[in-house]
Amino acid sequence: MSWTTGLETLDRRWLFLVMGLLVAGPLIFPAGLPLKVSPPVQAFNDAIEALPNGSTVLMSCDYDPSARPEMVPMNRTAFRQLLRKDCKVVVTVLWNAGPGLVEATLNDVAREFPNKRYGVDWVNLGYKAGDDAVMVLMGQGIKNAFPRDYRGNETNTLPLMMGVRDYSSFPLLVNISAGFPGTKEWVQQVNSRFHLPMVAGVTAVSAPEYYPYLQSGQLRGLLGGMAGAAEYEKARGEKGTATKGMDAQSLAHIFVAFCIVLGNIIQRVKKREPA
Amino acid sequence: MSFHVSPDLSVWLGAFLTLCIFSFLYKDNPFYRFAEHLFVGVSAGYYIVLNFWTVIVPNLLEPLSHTFVNTSGPAGLQSLFLPRLGDYRIFLVVPGILGLLLFTRLFGKIGWLSRWALAVIIGVYAGIRTTGAAQADFVAQVQGSLQPLWISGDLGASLNAMVFAVGLITSLLYFFYSREHKGGLAVASKLGIFFLMVSFGAGYGYTVMSRISLLIGRFQFLLEDWLGLR
Repeated sequence: MSWTTGLETLDRRWLFLVMGLLVAGPLIFPAGLPLKVSPPVQAFNDAIEALPNGSTVLMSCDYDPSARPEMVPMNRTAFRQLLRKDCKVVVTVLWNAGPGLVEATLNDVAREFPNKRYGVDWVNLGYKAGDDAVMVLMGQGIKNAFPRDYRGNETNTLPLMMGVRDYSSFPLLVNISAGFPGTKEWVQQVNSRFHLPMVAGVTAVSAPEYYPYLQSGQLRGLLGGMAGAAEYEKARGEKGTATKGMDAQSLAHIFVAFCIVLGNIIQRVKKREPA
Repeated sequence: MSFHVSPDLSVWLGAFLTLCIFSFLYKDNPFYRFAEHLFVGVSAGYYIVLNFWTVIVPNLLEPLSHTFVNTSGPAGLQSLFLPRLGDYRIFLVVPGILGLLLFTRLFGKIGWLSRWALAVIIGVYAGIRTTGAAQADFVAQVQGSLQPLWISGDLGASLNAMVFAVGLITSLLYFFYSREHKGGLAVASKLGIFFLMVSFGAGYGYTVMSRISLLIGRFQFLLEDWLGLR
């Protein structure tokens, strides 16, 4: 059996094992590979930083536990940045399995700010079914679309919500999105119709779809996947779970690239071999 | 480096189910199937309860009950049509009935009634999405594509704009089927394929990153939250 046939028939479980070791190794022994903040990430950070202190910001967290490693670090850092600027944050969730995870993430960050109070500095309006229709409905009144918040309070009794009417109450929309409904729908239904400026943090698998929105100015900034989250953490001077995962991410990518190159070499050699 | 294994039962349960799912990488087995079936069952139950309490109750049952309670007040039956915030009008009965009609699919002979509700859903969403896509994905994208090719004093940006313009035009020409791809059109469409391949490659790279991120997330949970590796 030639080496090419041997590699072609290699049990795929060996590849799984190598991938597992390459991911686990750097998590146990971090190498601290260098990381550079890219322009879209810097623009995301700058768009929030440019808000006047005390602004009321809409943050839509459209993800569920399946996208937790990519979305939660972005969500955490963005929420922390907004609270540091004394912004009032109105949070919505358009994914039905998301509200619990989003609530836990917000509470984790809010505990770092003992002087911030729920209902005054931030509210979690929770989940609402309807996708695009909810976005359009919110344009007619946020409290109309969300009569109660995630904790069961009547929305119009919350101090923060008393000054909130519709999209005109916000200078910026921060969208953390893992797919549909998410960034694309917010751009289509809200940014283009109501002219609400927005920034987005998205999963890596969907990021290429949103670069045209960034290039056209429909998005002010973009975080793509765990790498985007790690760069954002670096821009904020933080070291969160995304930064910790980037060594493993880099090694895994090198391994995938190596497998692709090796696979192509094997195919080329096999073509030259006599039948 | 030391281990501080979590005393939290929910973390142990999460770790056990994670390992059950990972066991599929070796081969299909009862532990994997148990975790898979548990996930499907719990998800279905969770979604039903969540939708009932976050959609049906606050957006339909509560407003309707408030509206009918008010009919005994001084405004009488007129209150059914008073559009006050948090006290919606009787018109909410219409979406309520349409929602119930969806369940007629369970009763063979009157199953056709569910099509009325579906017709409303499809009509509304088609309208909302068409206008949104036209504004955001067509008009705004065409506007965004109209860039100056030469930016004085910034060679990098100028080159970027030129590459963008060539990529845009040749990629569009690749999808131009009204003429046979011969001569100049063939050259342009071949160049278009090159740009499309670059975009597919970028898409693949991002997809790998996304999948590896999920694996990293699970490993972080096992090593840090469960085993407490520090």
